[in-house]
Amino acid sequence: MIKEVENPVLETHNLTVVYDRKPAIWNIDFTLPAGSIVGIMGPNGSGKSTLLKSIMGVVEPNSGYARLFNKPLDAVRKRVSYVPQRQSVDWDFPASVLDVVTMGRYPHLGLFRKLRSEDKEIVADSLEKVGMLAFANRQISQLSGGQQQRVFLARALAQQADLYLMDEPLVGVDAASEHAIIDLLKQMQASGKTIVVVHHDLYTASEYFDWLVLMNTRLVASAPLEEVFQEEMLRDAYGGQLTSMSKIAALLREKSFPMRHK
Amino acid sequence: MNELWIIGTAALVATSSSLLGCFLVLRRMVMFGDAISHAVLPGIVIAYFLTHNKTGFPVLAGAALTGLLATLFIQFFNRKVRLQIDASIGISYTFLFALGVILISLLGPNVDLDQECVLYGEIAYVPLELIEIIPGLSLPRQFWILLLNMLMVTAFVRISYRYLKLGSFDPAFAAGVGIPVALWQFALLGGVSLTTVVSFESVGAILVIAFLAGPPATAYLLSRALKQMLYLSVAFGITATILGYYLATLLNASIAGSIATVIGVQFLFAFLYVRLKRNSLLNTPEVHEIK
Repeated sequence: MIKEVENPVLETHNLTVVYDRKPAIWNIDFTLPAGSIVGIMGPNGSGKSTLLKSIMGVVEPNSGYARLFNKPLDAVRKRVSYVPQRQSVDWDFPASVLDVVTMGRYPHLGLFRKLRSEDKEIVADSLEKVGMLAFANRQISQLSGGQQQRVFLARALAQQADLYLMDEPLVGVDAASEHAIIDLLKQMQASGKTIVVVHHDLYTASEYFDWLVLMNTRLVASAPLEEVFQEEMLRDAYGGQLTSMSKIAALLREKSFPMRHK
Repeated sequence: MNELWIIGTAALVATSSSLLGCFLVLRRMVMFGDAISHAVLPGIVIAYFLTHNKTGFPVLAGAALTGLLATLFIQFFNRKVRLQIDASIGISYTFLFALGVILISLLGPNVDLDQECVLYGEIAYVPLELIEIIPGLSLPRQFWILLLNMLMVTAFVRISYRYLKLGSFDPAFAAGVGIPVALWQFALLGGVSLTTVVSFESVGAILVIAFLAGPPATAYLLSRALKQMLYLSVAFGITATILGYYLATLLNASIAGSIATVIGVQFLFAFLYVRLKRNSLLNTPEVHEIK
């Protein structure tokens, strides 16, 4: 089930990335509606992170392309924010929380322009929104996983983008942080932003997202949540993975309860 | 006066290497400096074969070019072949070094050139070779070259500070906002490569590597911010130079060796300091409360 939308905020065309002859993503072709919270889901190694990286030009696609706001990426870089996996960086790097969030302003400042008071306000405001203002001067090596993730989100907020691509923002995050992050995403959505989240937890998916992209190297589905969150779709994406299958069974049992309305 | 030139020259190497070394330490590629000091051998041999001159500009240029070539190899293997950075460094430099060794044997036994002249420079000879670039001001040749290199390195770090920082901390994010990460890494490694090449004639490759790794590692233990790490690293590099020089005169030992020894001792002290501080912190009731 692949649903196309009018005026997509993000579209990919035949996007393919091959690592060492084995495809990481194959012919991914979808459109995403503006103003939604989109979950990208699939089993481990299904190419979710690679998809984000190839959209952001971090990884060069072998074929295909992505368009954002109906333009090539380079024309709209400042309107897009990419949040890499928290584990991809060294948190022992000599920097404070403030330093990291300030990096979100670098694209606007370039190499030479000085940090204006306006930039400092944006940084402080971003920290406030993720509830980390009190930790501004804290060493990043002294943060918990959830706090690290919030710092990454604050850096993304400081970019003041319209489209956010987040790679596993809820992995290794404590329950309080997870709630804080989800609340934040909903606030961002309310102010017109589009948020694309790589996510691994099937249990929470139906609560968090309004649009779901299911993939397993190839695209399995891209449509509103209710239409994708069906047994056959999930089976298609998760294939023979036993643990996933039992999860799916449990989920489908839960489906007898009404889904939360949005 | 000689004393001043020796310390001054070594301090210039210390400054450039300690600055660039900070970014290498943070990117886990310190051994790149070691690799370059070996990889430049074929360039030196070819330049020597063409000019029959062991010092001077052609050899320097030959070394610098091979250094950049090695940098290209390493980046290619790392980024395009997707080989780990340490493996990329290892395969590139051993290959180029081996090429140099074969060239030496091909050119015959009458070639008066060996790895010693690269690995162990002699800083005590620095004041012997004076040249006059500004009329009336005769300075050691090495001093001029290293001064120029130090100014270039400092300017590079100053100008590209933000991108170097972002590229060292979070390369994926940096690439995402449109910074050409590979190009900046090449500029950084090119700078390390040039610094290694222009430095080893005077201080020897081993001391350059000691400067690239030691002071940045010591500073890393003690720093809370990248800027602080850069300043501390340079400060440690220069103090090690001065202390090392006097240690050498005191013991009548190798100057480069003494400086490298002081660098090691500095690290040891920093490590002990951090350990003691942590232990005393763990014994305060405040921490237990947080836990």
